[in-house]
Amino acid sequence: MEKKCAIEMKGITKRFGQVTANDSIDLRINRGEIMALLGENGSGKTTLMNMLSGIYQPDEGEIYEDGSRIYIRSPREAYEYGIGMIHQHYKLIEVFTATQNIILGLNDGKMDIAAAEARVKEICSRYGFDIDPGKKVYDMSVSQKQTVEIVKVLYRGADILILDEPTAVLTPQETQKLFRVLRNMKEDGKAIVIITHKLHEVMDVSDTVTVLRKGKYIGTVNTADTDPQALTDMMVGHAVSLNIERPRYPDPQRKLIVEGLTVVDEEGIRRLDSVSFTANTGEILGVAGISGSGQKELLEAITGLYPVKEGSIRFIGSDGSETELVGKTPKKIRETGIGMAFVPEDRLGMGLVGSMGMTGNMLLRSWKNGKGALLRKKDPEALANRIWKDLDVVTPGVDYPVRRLSGGNVQKVLVGREISSEPAVLMTAYAVRGLDINTSYTIYSLLTEQKMKGVAVIYVGEDLDVLIELADRILVLCGGRVAGIVDGRTATKEEIGLLMTHFDSKESGE
Amino acid sequence: MTTLIALVVAAVTFGTVLMYGTLGEILTEKSGNLNLGVEGIMYMGGAFGLAGAFYYEKAAGAAVNGPLAVTIAILSAFAAGMAASAIYSFITVTLRANQNVTGLALSIFGTGIGQFVGEFMRVSEGGYVALSNGLKTFFASPVFPPFLVNIPVAGRIFFSHTVFFYLAVLLAVLMYLFLQKTRCGMYLTAVGESPATSDAAGISITAYKYLATTIGGGISAIGGMVYIMTTAGCVWNHEGLSGVGWLAVALVIFCMWRPLNAIWGSILFGAMMIMYLRVSIPFIPTEIYKILPYIVTVIVLVLTSMKNSRDKQPPASLGNNYFREER
Repeated sequence: MEKKCAIEMKGITKRFGQVTANDSIDLRINRGEIMALLGENGSGKTTLMNMLSGIYQPDEGEIYEDGSRIYIRSPREAYEYGIGMIHQHYKLIEVFTATQNIILGLNDGKMDIAAAEARVKEICSRYGFDIDPGKKVYDMSVSQKQTVEIVKVLYRGADILILDEPTAVLTPQETQKLFRVLRNMKEDGKAIVIITHKLHEVMDVSDTVTVLRKGKYIGTVNTADTDPQALTDMMVGHAVSLNIERPRYPDPQRKLIVEGLTVVDEEGIRRLDSVSFTANTGEILGVAGISGSGQKELLEAITGLYPVKEGSIRFIGSDGSETELVGKTPKKIRETGIGMAFVPEDRLGMGLVGSMGMTGNMLLRSWKNGKGALLRKKDPEALANRIWKDLDVVTPGVDYPVRRLSGGNVQKVLVGREISSEPAVLMTAYAVRGLDINTSYTIYSLLTEQKMKGVAVIYVGEDLDVLIELADRILVLCGGRVAGIVDGRTATKEEIGLLMTHFDSKESGE
Repeated sequence: MTTLIALVVAAVTFGTVLMYGTLGEILTEKSGNLNLGVEGIMYMGGAFGLAGAFYYEKAAGAAVNGPLAVTIAILSAFAAGMAASAIYSFITVTLRANQNVTGLALSIFGTGIGQFVGEFMRVSEGGYVALSNGLKTFFASPVFPPFLVNIPVAGRIFFSHTVFFYLAVLLAVLMYLFLQKTRCGMYLTAVGESPATSDAAGISITAYKYLATTIGGGISAIGGMVYIMTTAGCVWNHEGLSGVGWLAVALVIFCMWRPLNAIWGSILFGAMMIMYLRVSIPFIPTEIYKILPYIVTVIVLVLTSMKNSRDKQPPASLGNNYFREER
């Protein structure tokens, strides 16, 4: 079959402040073809596609449709060029029916729900969608909502469809159903792009694969000519040396034993599935995995924030006694005398109060210590001053709202406070996300310093280069399961990358 | 029997006032704006509505035309309500200030303005502001011919009300049709549910919020005018009007944001508010009667949240301002 080029992007560059999200990327999207856009988190896949859907404008570069140059300034204009994008977060009105949502914003004369419903049905039968046009969105499953989004795009006449991580929220059966529909659309001559990082899906559905890494275009290959190993190599690239110091702790002891941990979210989906591991004193346990593989749930379950369905989490005291943490609230855990510190991913949401100063935020950890009704600010203030000095926090003063500090300084305040409680277990989630190189190294050395004090550090990270240089052992999560635990000193990026995507596991066999 | 009929008639009279307040606030809240200034808006509507009719009569003298006076009263009240809610819209939609604080401030501001205008008229006109008796009948008398009103029982219940009641019912039906059957109505609902989604669909959030809020405010203000012109007898009376706006806010919840429910809901609330005058039971203080509407609202709130039906919930983004670049 002759492949007709639908969209051509040339030299596309997009910067957000200091960060270059896309660095002169060339890309071709053909009609009658499913292209997978593959890359790790933060590799710039979504940013690139958002420039096609009119959400962002490229800083440099040109976009051509069928050979003529186009400028896409808004989602509306993207529709006019026949480009439709289905985002990860659906934009639907819950109290409306499928049809009402589909025609929202279209001004084509008189509003005729019956005619619109007929057209929706026609689109559905053409591609094999299965939705009831009169059903309210709040009664729909996630997969049905996604179908509404796809039909919405088709209803507007899009023939270039971009799906951002369409399978992230679907069951394997629903995924297969979606793929059948995508193949039908392909047969119909539509150009389809799916953004994904699941290798087995890439192998399953796509015709060509384009790989991005850290904002750069790595290459495009035909799916038939490649294999998961080769794609993983393209995705993770070669190891870069970062020279992070990694001393050995003389006498590691078991500190936290997790066995068969299973948690289930509100929708009944298993976020963690029989996770077992041990965290030792004097060790940084790295946790790797594609985002959403259960990292957040794991940390929150250990701290008592996420309800545990099955399994046990045992804390070994310094005298060798074991304490079960499952079923205890964070307050109870603290009262039991177990020193746990948690640096959450959402620094200003979960970790600190943005409108308070450093002193106020220090108080959040210790307000219970005081007696009487009045606050005693002396100790927290001293602590705030100490962190200010020791960690070189750039702030006009300890009472300056932390919200106005830069990301790195906010993180220093948070990490400083958590370390000051002299925890036995220190957990961090994406501790260096959004930080510049220097601050990142400060954080690494702080964590290593804690490790050498005999703290069990759990470090959830996304940059494999950092993980293999910082962590003593690396736990790899994939879809809520432990894909493997490797030694940080001997593991390679390729090995971890393959475990992260885990294409040969039960998941693809379901 | 006579007591019952009298109760129904009185309930409808007071219910009409509430119905305007409620319908206006339903329209406003459908856009996601929680305008707590209804109390103030209704005060302004009462004062300006009376002023409109009074100064018209003064200017026209003997040539005064009844229907025109009613129209002028409606338009003056409507304009006052629109002006007040335009301030609210500017502060919350354009400047994105907190809706609750702005609404409460508007309540205080509106009652003040209403009192001021009412008192100013009284003082400048030499102590007494009232329409002539001839004109009063146009406001407070049944709109249907006597033979219909005189039908036993049914005549009093269905045909003895003022023009304002029938207008309010018509307005409720029109608003229902607008929200359910028209594209604009659907878009307005969408704006109140999820401004981000509507914005992405190319709907102007600002335009919908402004229009719904100002027109809604205008409708609410008519309620204040109706109170002054019917129940209060075309004389400025601020005491009877106090609390009515808050009742309308409660009634919106009771009606679950549906205009058709506002028809019977208002009459029911009207009945509860005047029951202490008509069917007083000894030993029960009138204050107990007066809190009935609020108790009923609380019960309805509890029941609807227990049932957890998504159709009976407030507009999902009610009370939130929309700012596109916020994530």
